[in-house]
Amino acid sequence: CGRELFSWQLHCADIISTVEFNYSGDLLATGDKGGRVVIFQREQENKSRPHSRGEYNVYSTFQSHEPEFDYLKSLEIEEKINKIRWLPQQNAAHFLLSTNDKTIKLWKISERDKRAEGYNLKDEDGRLRDPFRITALRVPILKPMDLMVEASPRRIFANAHTYHINSISVNSDHETYLSADDLRINLWHLEITDRSFNIVDIKPANMEELTEVITAAEFHPHQCNVFVYSSSKGTIRLCDMRSSALCDRHSKFFEEPEDPSSRSFFSEIISSISDVKFSHSGRYMMTRDYLSVKVWDLNMESRPVETHQVHEYLRSKLCSLYENDCIFDKFECCWNGSDSAIMTGSYNNFFRMFDRDTRRDVTLEASRESSKPRASLKPRKVCTGGKRRKDEISVDSLDFNKKILHTAWHPVDNVIAVAATNNLYIFQDKIN
Amino acid sequence: MAGGLGCDVCYWFVEDTQEKEGILPERAEEAKLKAKYPSLGQKPGGSDFLMKRLQKGNYKSLHWSVLLCVDEMQKYFDSGDYNMAKAKMKNKQLPSAGPDKNLVTGDHIPTPQDLPQRKSSLVTSKLAGGQVE
Repeated sequence: CGRELFSWQLHCADIISTVEFNYSGDLLATGDKGGRVVIFQREQENKSRPHSRGEYNVYSTFQSHEPEFDYLKSLEIEEKINKIRWLPQQNAAHFLLSTNDKTIKLWKISERDKRAEGYNLKDEDGRLRDPFRITALRVPILKPMDLMVEASPRRIFANAHTYHINSISVNSDHETYLSADDLRINLWHLEITDRSFNIVDIKPANMEELTEVITAAEFHPHQCNVFVYSSSKGTIRLCDMRSSALCDRHSKFFEEPEDPSSRSFFSEIISSISDVKFSHSGRYMMTRDYLSVKVWDLNMESRPVETHQVHEYLRSKLCSLYENDCIFDKFECCWNGSDSAIMTGSYNNFFRMFDRDTRRDVTLEASRESSKPRASLKPRKVCTGGKRRKDEISVDSLDFNKKILHTAWHPVDNVIAVAATNNLYIFQDKIN
Repeated sequence: MAGGLGCDVCYWFVEDTQEKEGILPERAEEAKLKAKYPSLGQKPGGSDFLMKRLQKGNYKSLHWSVLLCVDEMQKYFDSGDYNMAKAKMKNKQLPSAGPDKNLVTGDHIPTPQDLPQRKSSLVTSKLAGGQVE
């Protein structure tokens, strides 16, 4: 996109399943397959260490979800964190929602840098003194201590989803949020855990009539009554909660017309939308299907305004990608802060960035071998034809186990977080 | 910028030739798949694949048809089956879990011990260990 990505950091972990910046970008949360959440904090400007500006260091880590067992269905409920969403900051503490397949939790992350000392209630060896022996009243004094970051679960929103939760989205009213599974979407109030409202239910009376499932859902960034949800058939429905309590009937229906002569066995599978994201402006939304990223204007339902090919060369590999299940991989996508660029992942630890202004795109690689610290990332190229140039990699050499499903873009700066299986890369623009 | 603020909307066109090239590879791939799995029906996601995913207890490979199978299984589970199975089990060993175990409900009461052992998670995340480069 005309810029070169510069410095980078690498953190190793269990398989990362979600990555999310908070509203200011100072905190970056990751969730992993083991149910853990690790939060990174950006270093403040430090004149004595100018190059450390912008580095992210571990701020807090906690176990969010534990594995459970559903005795009725004899199925294990994975502790893997599917999504993390931050709440806007309202006081000194930070709040985030994390969810696995079945349960959503609200976590409070707070700092403690003072400790009360000077109690005269205990002996030197720690035993409580007999109250009658205490003759003086001593007021404890607050003394500074090493910063301690504590995470505590404040709310647990459980038992509302029969199927696997794929999305959560905080509303712009900062009071409610939605959670979506394969067939239903529920609306919650952040303070109330014992009930939620079902706002979308696409489960048919006869399960044999089921033709599609919900794959992602998100609230509009400014209009608190509007949300969208995508389906496995490549369609997006926009719903307005003011029109009715149950939003089974959409207000807008987005679908790109398909050429019937090009239809194949794979058409529906590769059209399944794996992620939907509103632009920061609220005017557009972006969807990710298996081979492309599409930008839609909310005012136009008939077709997307932009289509960006992520890895079109995979079209001739669909048979093997179906056999090894890769065709079902759920890639995410994200906007940059100004909505001028979008990013999404691919295979072989490649990720793609598209500049909407210049119409240029670039393929980059997140791997230790191909990047030196403080050196620019070199663009990569996949060779589809017969002749392969020196720097190119052929389609058959791609490693389909190295998939970048989760990426995040700082809300303001050119800082990106890329999860490559169990490694987290943080890249920064040279200009920073 | 594509899709400016006014009424003008520009499209990101895929060139005609590119589109035509796109059709042939997909159809060729479809032919390959059907040659390997002739029983595969018109609808994507044949029952063999779906049952395989269902047994793993993880249908997050996302194909909608798997939901259908889960629901069907629930339909056939009732207390009569359950009690019969309990009575049967008193007289024989628990069958061992295996990937090709019959998917018949009512014959056997699954217990956590039957399921394939999952690898235990790491106790602490390496991310928190601060291995930063």
